[in-house]
Amino acid sequence: MINRNHVVALQTIVAREFRRVRRIWIQTIVPPAITMTLYFIIFGNLIGKRIGEMDGFTYMQFIAPGLIMMSIISNSYGNVVSSFFGSRFGKYVEEMLVSPMPNYIMLIGYMAGGLIRGVTVGILVALIALFFTDLRLEHPWIMLSIVALTSMVFSLAGFVNAIYAKNFDGISIIPTFVLTPLTYLGGVFYSISLLPEFWQTVSRANPILYMVNAFRYGILGVSDIQIQTAYIIIIAFVIGLFIFNLHLLRRGVGLRP
Amino acid sequence: MNALSLHGLSKVYDNGVEALKGIDLQVEQGDFFALLGPNGAGKTTAIGIVTSLINKTAGSVEIFGHDLDRETEKAKSCIGLVPQEVNFNQFEKVFEILTNQAGFYGLPLKLASKRAESHLRDLQLWDKRDEIARNLSGGMKRRLMIARALVHRPPLLILDEPTAGVDIEIRRSMWEFMRKINSEGTTIILTTHYLEEAESLCRNIAIIDAGTIIEHDRMSRLLRRLSMETFVLDVERALPEVVSIDGYVTRRVDSHTLEVDKPQDRNVNEIFELLSKKGIRAGSMRNKASRLEELFMNMVDNKMTERQ
Repeated sequence: MINRNHVVALQTIVAREFRRVRRIWIQTIVPPAITMTLYFIIFGNLIGKRIGEMDGFTYMQFIAPGLIMMSIISNSYGNVVSSFFGSRFGKYVEEMLVSPMPNYIMLIGYMAGGLIRGVTVGILVALIALFFTDLRLEHPWIMLSIVALTSMVFSLAGFVNAIYAKNFDGISIIPTFVLTPLTYLGGVFYSISLLPEFWQTVSRANPILYMVNAFRYGILGVSDIQIQTAYIIIIAFVIGLFIFNLHLLRRGVGLRP
Repeated sequence: MNALSLHGLSKVYDNGVEALKGIDLQVEQGDFFALLGPNGAGKTTAIGIVTSLINKTAGSVEIFGHDLDRETEKAKSCIGLVPQEVNFNQFEKVFEILTNQAGFYGLPLKLASKRAESHLRDLQLWDKRDEIARNLSGGMKRRLMIARALVHRPPLLILDEPTAGVDIEIRRSMWEFMRKINSEGTTIILTTHYLEEAESLCRNIAIIDAGTIIEHDRMSRLLRRLSMETFVLDVERALPEVVSIDGYVTRRVDSHTLEVDKPQDRNVNEIFELLSKKGIRAGSMRNKASRLEELFMNMVDNKMTERQ
């Protein structure tokens, strides 16, 4: 049961996460803006002109939603994994562990922190995209809800990584060897209809495909997958990861010997 | 009412080390309590379990009557912890560290800010409120952790080696501060390696060794059990090469310093009388070690011998 104390505790974590994102903006906000600008120039503008249309849109228009989603995914994940692992490494996670704040409040607080950074960077990348192309908003509520849910999924995934990580290598292995390949193969740069049937089936096992396509559907109105399926998968991930994190926190994995 | 009750508390770490072997301990409300023991005895494990930083293997913990497993939030609200090692975010500002901690306990920002100001002033840190925490000196960091532990006004304050590594002046001022908050009603549990500190501050004491409580008594009663005390006398004139006093063991440390072992059933006046008869006048006298230190060493040594 949430009471007033819990709300104050939640506000405290969210405010602290917000201050952290703001304090280290050169690490949190600037790099994705530069990277995505380069993607737009190189892939969208220079190479995209030679590729021509995809699903009835210019290549720049087609990849813009994917690149925005890629930023949201990596920044939501990165925020939580670095912030929570930092609190473990610096031992100041103990400030929360000794307090009467329930585990789910701590988890929601960090998830909100990931959401704040993910959405902030997503908005920034969307503004950069507008310098290069026009973006319509075919289904704004779908777009907004997919952004929020995807950001939650990767914030929660980042939390799992932060709990299990034993050192700084441990927080970069998953983003490098799992997250980045899945994102690149998740339909950011191409429609899976271009792939042979076998690889289309394999691609459908990649959850990021559903997030990127649902978001693209919200903006352009086109998608390689069923939107309902995307919602079911994304919501299932949110619920599953939330419960798994609560289980880890209750057992004190990585936190309490 | 007991501020803290431990029943059959035990802890076996994953590597098989049995840090606590079913300890029972009660600390009364309002007490200034010393929990002592050699390194690795189980003090920090016990404190870690009480403060929810370590999972227990078995047993129960009650804080002001609230069971830590069943009434977790109420029990945790009653505790403030000053840990052994620095555990705040070194990149945050001093004031923010306090208001954040208050927030985790549910204190709204306005009240948290008021409390933070009050505690920072009490601990002479107010002019450092906007400083990044890592720029503070070691003593300031210790005081910051005390301020942080008190920000939600816990009735039970646990201090795990709070004065380790701080200079004597700051240590004394911290003692005064601890005495003050104890006199205002806060129960304090102190672990320290400075036994003089425990002897001076605490009314009750428990000694833990190899995961078991080997002693739990009033400080005064415990000190009376000390069978032998060693005094160091600074004498006015050079001592002869051999100094002997009937009924006492003496050691000539140098030409102006004499050590005398005094059994518990003798008194210091007699030492002065016997020395005077030999023409030796003491300018000053002090205990070689704190009485608690001698007692502590005896107990731990005895236990070690028993185990061997």
